Amino acid sequence: MVKDEKLKLINEEGTRIDGRRPDELRPLKIEIGVLDKSDGSAYVELGKTKVFAAVFGPREVHPKHLALPDRAILNCRYHMASFSVDERKPLGMTRREIELSKVIREALESVVFLEEFPRTSIDVYIEVIQADGGTRTAGLTAASLALAEAGIPMADLVAAVAVGKIEGHLVLDLCDLEDKYGEADMPVAMAPRLNSIVLLQLNGRLAKEDFRRALEFAKKGITEIYQKQREALRKKYSGVSLMEV
Amino acid sequence: MSISQMKKSLTAKIVQEKIYNLLKQGKRLDGRSPTDMRPINIVTGLVEKADGSALASMGGTKILVGIKAEIGSPYSDRPREGSFTVNAELLPLASISFEPGPPDERGVELARVVDRSIRESKCIDLEKLCLVEGEKAYILFVDVYVLDYDGNYYDPSTIAVLAALATARIPKYEVLDGKVEKTGEYFNLQLQSLPFTTTFGIIKEKFLVDPQLEEESALDVSIIIGMDEKDNVISIQKNSPGLIPENMLEQMIDVASEKCKYTRQKFCEALNVKI
Repeated sequence: MVKDEKLKLINEEGTRIDGRRPDELRPLKIEIGVLDKSDGSAYVELGKTKVFAAVFGPREVHPKHLALPDRAILNCRYHMASFSVDERKPLGMTRREIELSKVIREALESVVFLEEFPRTSIDVYIEVIQADGGTRTAGLTAASLALAEAGIPMADLVAAVAVGKIEGHLVLDLCDLEDKYGEADMPVAMAPRLNSIVLLQLNGRLAKEDFRRALEFAKKGITEIYQKQREALRKKYSGVSLMEV
Repeated sequence: MSISQMKKSLTAKIVQEKIYNLLKQGKRLDGRSPTDMRPINIVTGLVEKADGSALASMGGTKILVGIKAEIGSPYSDRPREGSFTVNAELLPLASISFEPGPPDERGVELARVVDRSIRESKCIDLEKLCLVEGEKAYILFVDVYVLDYDGNYYDPSTIAVLAALATARIPKYEVLDGKVEKTGEYFNLQLQSLPFTTTFGIIKEKFLVDPQLEEESALDVSIIIGMDEKDNVISIQKNSPGLIPENMLEQMIDVASEKCKYTRQKFCEALNVKI
């Protein structure tokens, strides 16, 4: 990408183009139960990145031969709307979407108790309606909440965020410009309660020492997102009194 | 749509127990230590019709890579650069678990992980692949074929791609009166970096590198780490379901740095090149 010479992603005081500090997340908005027909759904907004996730299941497997005798299968589709990006994305799945569907599925499979629902499928659909960096991580954050709303047992929620390097500075939660013109982009997803990584990818160059610090940054962001996820769930269900149940 | 893969059979669980017990003693099924890689072998120039080709093996896993150069238009946002694309196929002759047809998600993931290492290390000087700014440039089609699959096709794929690139002879073209024609001469790519990857498998609190097939089916989780010659981490892909304890990562980065160095040394010896 040819970068405009005058474009500075971060200034001497460590302020980024959108005014954030290096370790600051974009404003995060979470809503649970936004799509009525699904068994569980969530909407996540991280700055200008906007993502829906919906879960169906556990339900019968189609086609049947895919069913597993000892556990549920997890289907996952990560998809970007054609109008979510600057230049219209052609319809159909790109290679990028195929890869991301796989790593997101694997991240969720790490925490869902699939063995509770043999011979069924749990389907997770992620739709990115506007992309401004960090869509796979916002998608995962939303998907784990949709699973929770669907009542599917999990070892932990999954919270995710990207860290990266721009003009020599480590930064948390890259926006699109920072991702495009930066030196490194590392999406991280964790099951915070288990202190474990469930998704990890890296594109770019990070010195060994930077990697350690980048992971610390990611953890800080993930802790904040995890808090917000739990708050959102609590808010959603705090209105339910014992009498109603 | 990404669908869960068939998970561990009962036999795999028994094998896992066996591998884990060996790992605790610092041993493995085939006599390697946990951080030993299988022997690496590289043959280049096997396919004369390709502009560059290489067959690399790591133990029983064999990867064939061929490169074809074509002339096309540069991307509009990079008018002064040529380009390359990596494609990968898990051939049905390589394993009973691979089926004919267009690349599935495993093939797509392999191609994108190899692409990531090549791209992020900037090992190909793309500006040298430009013929006429904004109009004509070389496009390299790098095609990876898994020929024989005995576990870990990632590391030997990167080796084969780099070997094919390093030994490629690209036909020179020139533009005469708006027409693109071959000059009859050739040029080399002169790689600027040699990025390699190390694949890790984790069983409980132990890890190993370069899993062979039997080990691969018994792993809890696996991850690929790519590093360049300056010890920068340039690509990472966790490529299976499962939890990676956070405190394990740093240790794996250190081992990856050592193993990528080792692979680089073997690569340079085999091809008689220096970096």
